[in-house]
Formats: sequence, C-alpha cells, structure tokens
Amino acid sequence: MAETTKHILVPEKWVQSYSDYLYNYTITRVNNHDLAKDLVQETFFAGLKSMKNFQGKASERTWLISILKRKIIDHYRKINSKKGKAEVRMNFYNDGEREGEWIEERVPNSWSSDTDKDIENKELKSTLEKCIDNLPEKYSMVFRMKTIQGFETEEICKELDITPSNLWVIIHRARTQLRKCMEDNWFNN
Amino acid sequence: MSKFFISCDEATTICDKNQYGEATLFDKVKLSFHFMRCKVCKVYTKHNNLLSKIFGNYAKDHCQKQHCLSNDDKEKIEIEVSKKLK
Repeated sequence: MAETTKHILVPEKWVQSYSDYLYNYTITRVNNHDLAKDLVQETFFAGLKSMKNFQGKASERTWLISILKRKIIDHYRKINSKKGKAEVRMNFYNDGEREGEWIEERVPNSWSSDTDKDIENKELKSTLEKCIDNLPEKYSMVFRMKTIQGFETEEICKELDITPSNLWVIIHRARTQLRKCMEDNWFNN
Repeated sequence: MSKFFISCDEATTICDKNQYGEATLFDKVKLSFHFMRCKVCKVYTKHNNLLSKIFGNYAKDHCQKQHCLSNDDKEKIEIEVSKKLK
C-alpha cells in the first residue's frame, strides 16, 4: 500500500510563510488593501480555531486557501445584500409595450473622440480606474475578476457562489455604468 | 422566426458576452439581425468594442503585478496571531 504524506500545521510560521500568498490571492479579488489584509488575518484566526479538524490530507497552504475562499464568499454575500445602495439605473423599459427597448435619455451618444489611437494614454487609464472605483462594490468585484484578472466565468461563479446568468447581469450593469462614466469623463469631455 | 428577433436589452447582453468570446453562434446571428433594424445597439457595440480594448490594455499593466504585504503589516498580523496562539 502506498504511503501518503500526512501534512502537519505549524501556525507559528503561517504569517511568514503564507501571508503574501494569501494576500495576493485576496487582493486580486477584492482590490482593497485594508480589506484584503483583514481577510488574511481572519483566515489565520479561523485556521487556529479549527486546527483540530485538520486531517493532514491537504497541504497547509491549500487548507488555509480553502478557509480564505469561504471568507471571500462571506464578504461577497455581505456586500451583495446591501440593497438599494448605489444601484445602477437601467437603460431599458422593463415592462409595458416597449419592454426591452432603450429609454430615450439613456440612448448612447456618439463620442466626440471615439478613436482607439489613444488607448495607451495615462490619463485615460486613471479615468478608467476612477470609473471602476465608482462602481458599487459587488459589481466592481465581479467586473475586475472577469475583465481585469481574466478569470473564467465558471471559476468566478464557483468562487462567489453565483449563477452564470447572475454574472452576466452584473457584468452588463458594470459595463453599462462604465460606458456612461467614460462618456461623461473622457469621450465627451 | 420570432426567435431571431430580440430586444435591445437582450442585444446589449449578447454584445457584452461577445466581448469575452462567450456568445454562441446563434447569439451572434440574432445580434446581426438586430443590427439591421437598430442603429442604437450598433453604436453601443462600437463603444463596447473600444471599451474592451481600453480594459484589455489596462489589464495588461495590472495583472503582472505581484502584490505583497509590507513588513509592517506582517508584524501586526504576527502579533495578533501569536496573541491567539497563547
């Protein structure tokens, strides 16, 4: 019978060995330093609390990451339940005869400088950064994971415990708001 | 035939999926049909394509960064963790 390695936990070395790895994992998902730092610390605390449940099957790092993933889902649920706050106004009639059609004042304007020669421009990047930061957190988190970090749809859905149709609604709203923000602050400025 | 006709709301959602290469062939056919009778969504798509380029360019700069905690932050966490360890 093949002998499998039994992993052990050495909590005295956690911060030194894993804090950068866990922090990097978290910051690419939540994009906020203080929050990421807190989630890493909470992960260590939760790890200490449930040390007795560690069976040694997974490595210490994998085990800590599985705790961190739970923390990230909890955080996402928390921001997702804050109803009404900075909700994106929709562009389409959602009932009546004109359901699904553009609401007149939301129709995209043509852009005065819709050239793509300028996409390396530093100011353009900082305008975009500001626009992303202005998104409601639940939208910016999914948008960043999908668009900036390039995660697969399936992976995001699994990590945040949402359905693909949920994800596309969020992406659509995030992009709609970003389009409007870029229109106001860059293209027609 | 009605399956081919979609609302602007659906058209823009398909357009968004298409930015990530995740629209199906049928989605794309429906979108092309929609463009024949809707100039607004055509403008939306043009903007969306340009935005995708801008997002992609921004992502290139961002993804290569390896993020680390400062020594100061690590020390603070270390102190908190060792308090719990006692």
